[in-house]
Amino acid sequence: MVKEIPLVWLPGAACTGCSVSLLNTASPTIKNLLVDPVIPGVHINLRFHPTIMAGSGEMAIKALEDTMAQEKGGYVLAVDGAIPTGATADYCVMGERDGKPVTIETRFLELAQDALAILAVGTCASFGGIPAGDPNPSNCVPVRQALELHGIQKPLINIPGCPPHPDWFVGTVASILLVGLPNAEDLDDNLRPKAFYGKLIHENCPRRAYFDEGKFAKKFGDEGCLYELGCKGPITYADCPTRHWNSGTNWVIGAGSPCLGCTQPEFMSLPYYEKVTDVQLPVIGAYWQSEEAE
Amino acid sequence: MAKVTIDPITRIEGHLKIETEVEGGVVKDARSTGNLFRGIEIILRGRDPRDAQVIAQRICGVCPKSHGMAAALCLDSAFGLGDKIPDNARLMRNLIQGTHVVQDHILHFYHLGALDYVDVTDVAKYQGKDSELNSVKDFIGRGALGPFVPRYEGDYRLPVEVNQMATAHYLQALDIRRMGHEAVAIFGGKIPHSVGIVPGGVTAVPTVDKITALLWKVKKLQDFVDNVYLPDVLAIAGVYRDYLEIGAGCGNLLSYGGYDLQGDNADLTRRKRLFKQGTVSADLKPQELDIARVTEGVKYSWYEDSASAKHPSQGETKPAYGKEGAYSWLKAPRYGGEVYEVGPLARVAVSYASGDPVITQLVDSALGELNAPPSALFSVMGRHLARAISAKVIADNLVKWLLELKPGEPTYVEYEIPDESMGMGLIEGSRGALGHWIEIKDKKIANYQAVVPTTWNASPRDDDGNPGPMEQALIGTPVKDKENPFELVRIVRSFDPCLACSIH
Repeated sequence: MVKEIPLVWLPGAACTGCSVSLLNTASPTIKNLLVDPVIPGVHINLRFHPTIMAGSGEMAIKALEDTMAQEKGGYVLAVDGAIPTGATADYCVMGERDGKPVTIETRFLELAQDALAILAVGTCASFGGIPAGDPNPSNCVPVRQALELHGIQKPLINIPGCPPHPDWFVGTVASILLVGLPNAEDLDDNLRPKAFYGKLIHENCPRRAYFDEGKFAKKFGDEGCLYELGCKGPITYADCPTRHWNSGTNWVIGAGSPCLGCTQPEFMSLPYYEKVTDVQLPVIGAYWQSEEAE
Repeated sequence: MAKVTIDPITRIEGHLKIETEVEGGVVKDARSTGNLFRGIEIILRGRDPRDAQVIAQRICGVCPKSHGMAAALCLDSAFGLGDKIPDNARLMRNLIQGTHVVQDHILHFYHLGALDYVDVTDVAKYQGKDSELNSVKDFIGRGALGPFVPRYEGDYRLPVEVNQMATAHYLQALDIRRMGHEAVAIFGGKIPHSVGIVPGGVTAVPTVDKITALLWKVKKLQDFVDNVYLPDVLAIAGVYRDYLEIGAGCGNLLSYGGYDLQGDNADLTRRKRLFKQGTVSADLKPQELDIARVTEGVKYSWYEDSASAKHPSQGETKPAYGKEGAYSWLKAPRYGGEVYEVGPLARVAVSYASGDPVITQLVDSALGELNAPPSALFSVMGRHLARAISAKVIADNLVKWLLELKPGEPTYVEYEIPDESMGMGLIEGSRGALGHWIEIKDKKIANYQAVVPTTWNASPRDDDGNPGPMEQALIGTPVKDKENPFELVRIVRSFDPCLACSIH
């Protein structure tokens, strides 16, 4: 007997990059996720995902609303994109009710009430991200803030990244299926699983030795640490240097580019190609020292 | 008169609603509504111009590389580098964008389009030993069929064995397109939202190990396009033959050309490119591209009317949701005031009409196999076919570009950000003609405008009241069953709409 875990994927003010990144999951593959029991005896039953589902229009919306009604408290809600609110809530709408468009804010709040848990997928859902960049024309808020604004308390996990690595999403879901929802100590202050976001890029960067020696790249294509070219590795928490992207093929710094800081709340507020200045740069051993201090 | 509204249109990118009025079984009127506004053009203002390459790319996670390239070309031109990009960088940009687009076309046909034609549930009758198909059979047997059911019913025409084979190809295509993204990452670091392409060139260095690794990923892409994708499109077009006539659209096609074959010409409208710049109409006579003729109207769009009918270099984005008479967040781009469709069909048709020998042979051979005239290109299946031919032409050039790379030679030129400047980047993105325009003042972005393929195709009425290309393709279409309006979604999906792109 295979247990079905219903999953609903709601797109807010998003670009679909988080979904495309999930398509790139290497092991399990996306086919394994959609079709096979991803953990023996458990199948993720994707009820609603507009980018890949067969049905359109009212038929699709019915699949969403039926899941909400029939699986009360039993479905996982994944959200990509930020949520436009207030007077600009209708800058993002999906489907109609009584002939009127329904805002994503309304859909999110309805779905959130009865979800088992909520996954904020990507930096827009986690922190506001791209659409919340100054001057935030659509008053976008991240999932956490939307929940707080409406006094909804639900288990929430942020899986930021622009987009997130597919392993971060798959690993988080698998962890829920295998050992249950994470405890508070499994997440950092930004509600990110420490398993994936526990260390700074800078700590594990293969160019770190250049930094320690003071050898800095002056232009693209140079050898050396990319700090002077704007690398956000010293302030960015993610395991890219060891995990690598696209089935382990490469990663940002491997292509000679500075880290853009895309897993961080401040992703949109810093210029990408200017040196980070107001940061206390970590030194060798700093991480372990801080661990001992705790 | 009955109203048929589809909201959301799924298996596309983003938030799209289609409303039609159906009378006597025929679509009398159609309206296309884009339903998400983020305002990325507004967010870009005041930032460091180099940030445009990072942020504009995030207009879309399905075709980020198209925006990444358009932004880089736009910044190259604003920084005075349009004719100074090293050959290595030009080739690596072609490789990053080309591998991405081939992957994107495969994704569209199999994972977005195919479920309109292929009945996956026929795998329940599968008796063979293919473990992948048997796992799908098990899945169907368990009875929880999301996301493949519910769906429209009543017009699946392929024989059982063909549905089973096509489902196997759907699964194979998931692996191939993932590998296509691995190919992008070799010089692009990661994807979606890769790095690598920057104003001045690229950040990666071409080394022999990377060239060799990419070579064999490219060969797999090529093999899949030749032996699976293109044959599948022809097979499905052969069975759904009426779709070689359904959804003709406005009949005017526009291409900006793409994949630079020379680096020493700063004029993007005349630069030698793999796909040619220009326009064609139903007569298939090629016309030269005159970029000054592009305007964007907003009479029926949720923007202030003061911003209407301007050239994008002077364009404005002033949201006015709920404006009287308006019904979409998309603006309405027009060329010389006329309605033009963009996309792989335009890309292929402009080169075909211009007598490009390779594309002419591919198009004639495909049409010959279907026993169809060139006018059949203006149709739902014509768009799918042109997309597959576009994928083949790009895939066939990737190996050549790889072997032209010269390890050790420059990949990047340095520059100073000018105090004041204007820039323009034009390319063929996955979904067609894509233009970015920038104005720089005090070394910051003063204005940024993107006119995107789906902005053209899914646009609402223009200031003269003429419906957009997709609306025109819907109008006049017979709808057999209003509860299962296959015709409408097949027409819409043949354009491969990308709504996050189109509104941005």
